[in-house]
Amino acid sequence: MAEKIIMKGNEALAEAAISAGCRHFFGYPITPQTEVAAHMAKRLPQIGGTFLQAESEIAAINMVLGAAAAGVRAMTSSSSPGVSLKSEGISYLAGCDLPCLIVNVQRGGPGLGGIQPAQSDYFHATRSTGHGDFHILVFAPATVQEMADLVAGAFSLADKYRMPAMVLADGMLGQMMEPVVLPEGDSNPPPPKPWAVNGHKNIRSHNIINSLYLEPNDLERTVVERYARYEEVKRTEQQAEEYLCSDAEIFLVSYGATSRIVKSAVVKARAEGIKAGLIRPITLFPFPDAYIDKYVGQAKVFLSVEMSMGQMIDDIRLAVNGRKPVAFFGRTGGVLPTPDEVLGKIREIAGGVK
Amino acid sequence: MATIFTRPKSIADVPFSYCPGCTHGIIHRLVAESIDELGIEGNTVGVCPVGCAVMAYDYFNCDMIQSPHGRAQALATGIKRAIPESVVFTYQGDGDLAAIGTAETVHAATRGENITVIFVNNAIYGMTGGQMAPTSLSGQVTQTTPYGRDTAIAGHPVRVCEMLATLEGVALAQRVTVESLRTVTAAKQAIKKAFTYQLEGKGYSIIEVLSICPTNWGLSTEKSLQWLRDNMIPYYPLGVFKDKYAKEGAK
Ligand SMILES: Cc1ncc(C[n+]2csc(CCOP(=O)(O)OP(=O)(O)O)c2C)c(N)n1
Ligand code: SF4
Repeated sequence: MAEKIIMKGNEALAEAAISAGCRHFFGYPITPQTEVAAHMAKRLPQIGGTFLQAESEIAAINMVLGAAAAGVRAMTSSSSPGVSLKSEGISYLAGCDLPCLIVNVQRGGPGLGGIQPAQSDYFHATRSTGHGDFHILVFAPATVQEMADLVAGAFSLADKYRMPAMVLADGMLGQMMEPVVLPEGDSNPPPPKPWAVNGHKNIRSHNIINSLYLEPNDLERTVVERYARYEEVKRTEQQAEEYLCSDAEIFLVSYGATSRIVKSAVVKARAEGIKAGLIRPITLFPFPDAYIDKYVGQAKVFLSVEMSMGQMIDDIRLAVNGRKPVAFFGRTGGVLPTPDEVLGKIREIAGGVK
Repeated sequence: MATIFTRPKSIADVPFSYCPGCTHGIIHRLVAESIDELGIEGNTVGVCPVGCAVMAYDYFNCDMIQSPHGRAQALATGIKRAIPESVVFTYQGDGDLAAIGTAETVHAATRGENITVIFVNNAIYGMTGGQMAPTSLSGQVTQTTPYGRDTAIAGHPVRVCEMLATLEGVALAQRVTVESLRTVTAAKQAIKKAFTYQLEGKGYSIIEVLSICPTNWGLSTEKSLQWLRDNMIPYYPLGVFKDKYAKEGAK
C-alpha cells in the first residue's frame, strides 16, 4: 500500500500523469499551474520522457497534437488566458479524433484577469473550447487526492472515445498542499492505436490524420458519428458525489474547490435543521444530469454555487428542465465564497421555500 | 522495355488539385524522389499546411497529418519527439510559414528540431485567392495590395532563409527554385540533402523553393517563370545561407 505524502495539487496531478503512462509534456509558463510544468521538467528527463517548454500555448497544444497523432499519451497544462490560446488546437484535436490531456488550473478573467482561483472557464471547457461542433471530456477534482486520481481515468477515457480530455481545476486546488496517496504504476495501459501516424513500415497503407472535408455531407457524417460517441459518453461516464442527499430538500450543486466550501455550509445548515444536501459534479462533460434527475422529485430548490457569475447553472437548469426553481450564488474575479456567505444564501432560500 | 521515367513510389496515383502549370507538383515530385531514393517512406510522417498544399495528405503515400494554419512545425516537433526514429517533414507556403506560423518556424529552427522543412515561396496567398503574402515583393499587386505593396504601409518582404541562418539550431538553410531543368536538379539535391541531414541527426533543415502561382499572378506559366527570374531571384537570391556541416572549401 502506497504511503501518504504531502503535496501540492499541481504536483500530485503531474506525478499521476506520469504513472498513467504520459511521457510527453508540452507547456508554456503561467500562474497558477507553474508546478505542473516544473514537476514534469524535473521528472520526465529522469525516465526517458520529453519535457518541452514551447514558445507559446499555441505551439504547445500543437506539439500535443503531433505527439497524440504519433500515438503517445501527451499532455499540456495551462491556466485560463493560456487555455484560450489552445482553443484552435483543441478544435483540431477533436476534429482529428485524437486523445490527449489538457489541464486548466483556472484563474480569474476575462483578459489577463488575476491569478487567484476562479471557475469562470466552465463555458469554455464545456461549451466552446474552440470552433465547430464538438465536446471534450471535462473532469473537476475537488481535492489534491482527486487531482491525482482523475488523471488516469481522463487519459483512458480519452483513448477509449478518441477525444481530448480536460482536467478543469483552479488555483486553489493547484496550490494547496494536502496528504495524497499517489496512484501506483501504469494501471491503464493505452490501447493499441492502429490509426497513429508513426510510419507505415511498408506493412500497411498510409494513415492520414485530418479534419478537412470539402464535401459537406462527409463533414456532417463525421460530426454526427462523433456526436453518437458523445451520447454514449453521456450515458455511461457521468460521475458525481452525493453528500447528505437522501432526505435533502435544498440541493446545492457545486464542483471543484467551491464544493468544499459548500460542504461546510451544508453541515452548518443541517445543524440549524435546514435539510440541505450537495451534488458535486466530478465530470462536467458529461454533466451528471442523472444525479439531478434522481433528486428532482424530492427537491424543493437547487442552488448552484460557483466561482463565476453563473455558468454551470445553465447545465443544472437544463437537467431540471423547469421542474423546480434553480437559484445561484457566486463570487468571481478570484474571490472565494465563504461558508457563511453560502449559509446565508441557504437560509434565505429556506425562508422562501418554507 | 526499360522504364526511364515513372511516378515516384511515394507519390499516390491520384489527381492533384493544383492549377495547371503550378510548380507545387514539381516540388512534390522532388520530395517523393528523395524519400524513395533514401528508402524512408515507411518511416516518414509528412505534415501538410493550410494553403494550396492542404490536401497533400492524399498525394504522398507515407503517413500524413494536416496541421492548423502555421502550426506545422510545432506539430512536427510533437511527432518527432514522440518517435525520434521517424523522418518528419513539413510542406508549407509563405503565408503559413512566414506570417501566421513565424513563431513556430523560428522556434523549431532555434531548437534545432531534427526535421526537414520544405518552404514553398510563391510571393502570394494562393489558396485564398491572391492576397499579399509576407514574401510579396515591393510594388507587387495583389488582391489586398491593389495599388502595389507599399512597404511604408505593408512592410518589407521577409527573407526567411537569411533570417533563419542566424540561428544556432539550423543545420541547413538553402534557397532553390524550379524554373528550369538546371534549377530543378539543384533543388532535388538540396531537398535530398535536407532529408539526409535529418537521418544523420544533424538538426533543422529548411529548403526554400521559389515557386510560381500563375492563377493569382494572372500570368501564363511561361510568363510566370520569367516573372520569377526577373523579380523574385534578385530579391531572394538562390544559394546556401547556412550549412553547419559543409566540408571545408566545398561550400
Ligand atoms: C487560422 C486560419 N486563418 C486563415 C485561414 C485561411 N487561409 C487558408 S489558406 C491561406 C493562405 C495560404 O497561403 P500560403 O501559405 O502562402 O500557401 P499557398 O496557398 O500560396 O500555397 C489562408 C490565409 C485559415 N484556414 N485558417
Ligand atoms: S492557386 Fe497558385 S499556388 Fe495554388 S495551385 Fe493554383 S497556381 Fe498553384
